[in-house]
Amino acid sequence: MKIHEYQAKELFRKYGVPVPRGNVAFTVAEAKAIGADLGTFPVVVKAQIHAGGRGKGGGVKLAKDRDQVEEYAKQILGMTLVTHQTGLEGRVVKKLLVEEGLPIEKELYLSVLPDRGSAKIVFMASEAGGMDIEEVAAKTPEKIIKVYIDPLLGIKGFHANELAFGLNLKPEYVKQFNAMVFALYKLCVDYDCSLVEINPLVLTADNRVIALDAKINFDDNALYRHKDILEYRDLDEEDPFEIEASKYELNYIKMPGGNIGNMVNGAGLAMATMDLIQQAGAAPANFLDVGGGASAEQVENGFRIILADPAVKGVLINIFGGILRCDRLATGVVEAAKKVGIKVPVVIRMEGTNVEQGREILEKSGLNLITAKDVSDAAQKIAAIAKG
Amino acid sequence: MSIWVDKNTRLLVQGITGREGQFHTLACKAYGTNVVAGVTPGKGGQNVDGIPVFNTVAKAVKETGANAAMVFVPPAFCADAILESIEAGIPLIVAITEGIPVMDMLKVKNYLKNSKSRLIGPNCPGIITPGQCKIGIQPGHIHTPGPVGIVSRSGTLTYEAVHQIGRMGIGQSTVVGIGGDPVNGTNFIDCLAAFQADPETKAIIMVGEIGGSAEEEAAEFIQKNVTKPVVGFIAGLTAPPGRRMGHAGAIISGSSGTAQGKIKAMKAAGITVVENLGEMGEIAKAAFKL
Repeated sequence: MKIHEYQAKELFRKYGVPVPRGNVAFTVAEAKAIGADLGTFPVVVKAQIHAGGRGKGGGVKLAKDRDQVEEYAKQILGMTLVTHQTGLEGRVVKKLLVEEGLPIEKELYLSVLPDRGSAKIVFMASEAGGMDIEEVAAKTPEKIIKVYIDPLLGIKGFHANELAFGLNLKPEYVKQFNAMVFALYKLCVDYDCSLVEINPLVLTADNRVIALDAKINFDDNALYRHKDILEYRDLDEEDPFEIEASKYELNYIKMPGGNIGNMVNGAGLAMATMDLIQQAGAAPANFLDVGGGASAEQVENGFRIILADPAVKGVLINIFGGILRCDRLATGVVEAAKKVGIKVPVVIRMEGTNVEQGREILEKSGLNLITAKDVSDAAQKIAAIAKG
Repeated sequence: MSIWVDKNTRLLVQGITGREGQFHTLACKAYGTNVVAGVTPGKGGQNVDGIPVFNTVAKAVKETGANAAMVFVPPAFCADAILESIEAGIPLIVAITEGIPVMDMLKVKNYLKNSKSRLIGPNCPGIITPGQCKIGIQPGHIHTPGPVGIVSRSGTLTYEAVHQIGRMGIGQSTVVGIGGDPVNGTNFIDCLAAFQADPETKAIIMVGEIGGSAEEEAAEFIQKNVTKPVVGFIAGLTAPPGRRMGHAGAIISGSSGTAQGKIKAMKAAGITVVENLGEMGEIAKAAFKL
């Protein structure tokens, strides 16, 4: 789960990680009032969306006076912000963060996350702050310092020192920086974060260390123990189809530009089925894993969500019914198809127990259900539909 | 021969009295697995279809000599259950549960390193040596004994591989599902090394997917250490970056963890890569000369 910068900064404050003074605004008037309350200029007006690259897209502006705060707030609120992370369709900005501008002396990069490869918690830091860290890692990997922490041991002073001195911090910054590292580690572990990232972390001319930006992602599997984080969920940032699917515990992801819907049991097989659709010359319209059971209710809701997309010209159902019997699955598909009123051709490939009875049920249903004998056959049949 | 499980495996089931746990325990037993005990705290003294239930793993091991555990405990308590089996000295622990928080698994993984236990999973279909022992939720009947070892991050995609080579008349030595989570107990390399050492395994199928770099590392290992023919498949060529594709571990981060990158690494290591799912059976048959 992702949250906004202003929400991440709320958590930073709670953990004693210094952030600039400021507040979130939902209207131009609120932005103006916050700007005035800050009492200093310049003031930074930042678009709040769940994507990076906001500055380059024109979503971050530095206001020199009150009038400029108003001008920029008007400009940014309601704009469709397109960045390298939003896709071409962009995101509409509905919130702003209005903050004090700071006398920046140096910009650094700092993040902490669980590392899947090493099974440790890793801090990454770099003197190349404010830049795309992926790019830094690709072009100049030597500029990134990594410190691995055994989660059974926890963070120790030397870990923080490795980071601080690795960043060549002057002595007046080290104590503040190390306290920040400890706080971030605690935040990351306490809240099951999958990423806590500050880019840039700034050193100011008056010797302070401040998180100018804040990004936090959470492990979805651990949200059951963080009810307060669920409050941060912003449905404006999610695809409406995906919100609908999540109500039925369906694993659904919309694929822009696709024309063939698909419904599969199991995540790996679902990805492979999308690949198959593309290899056959069509385009997958979605990822949908209905789980190992693929119950009649899930199939029905799956159909409904897939067919709500007008671009879908056909649907491919690919089920490897291991423990699930194919005759039961076929009955479920036929019932769901009747209920939902399917107008496009549906190709069904199923395999497993009682597959013959299952195929018979589909064929006798009188519906536009096309059976495929294996995955290659299914791919060819769906490709023919996409072309026709 | 086979790897890790055979007819001498004595299985204990953690979470045996839950709906899923009970269903799959009975399916494993029906397949021929020697299920000797179950564990559900508070339900010691009961039995499930004649399988005695204990309150703790330690007690179950002492009474029944169980040497493997299958874990069906819900995600919030699952790391605890795995640690209990590690503490009880169980050599093989198979965690089926999906949805364990990563932070919990980080601790389990680091604790595991100083133990004598092997963990398979979590979020996996399990492990099966056809005709001898099934630990997990796989459809047992699609498997046949034979010379191919299979290791995979995905459940139904593994069944697909078993099914396709089965249609070619090729059976399996052992099939291991290592699971779709970002942090797991047993990885590709562990399985590849075991298959390479197993005289009954003549060839290997490796099924990967997007996310992380386990396939790239496995490819390097294969190039250096595996002399048996390997056929590979990677799911997720069409997966968009930054999206979690069902499995917690199936996510492309920036430019790393892509299917294209993994396929390239596998080809460079001399692995025969199946690019179209429908051709897995034919390609495996030709590559393995079976």
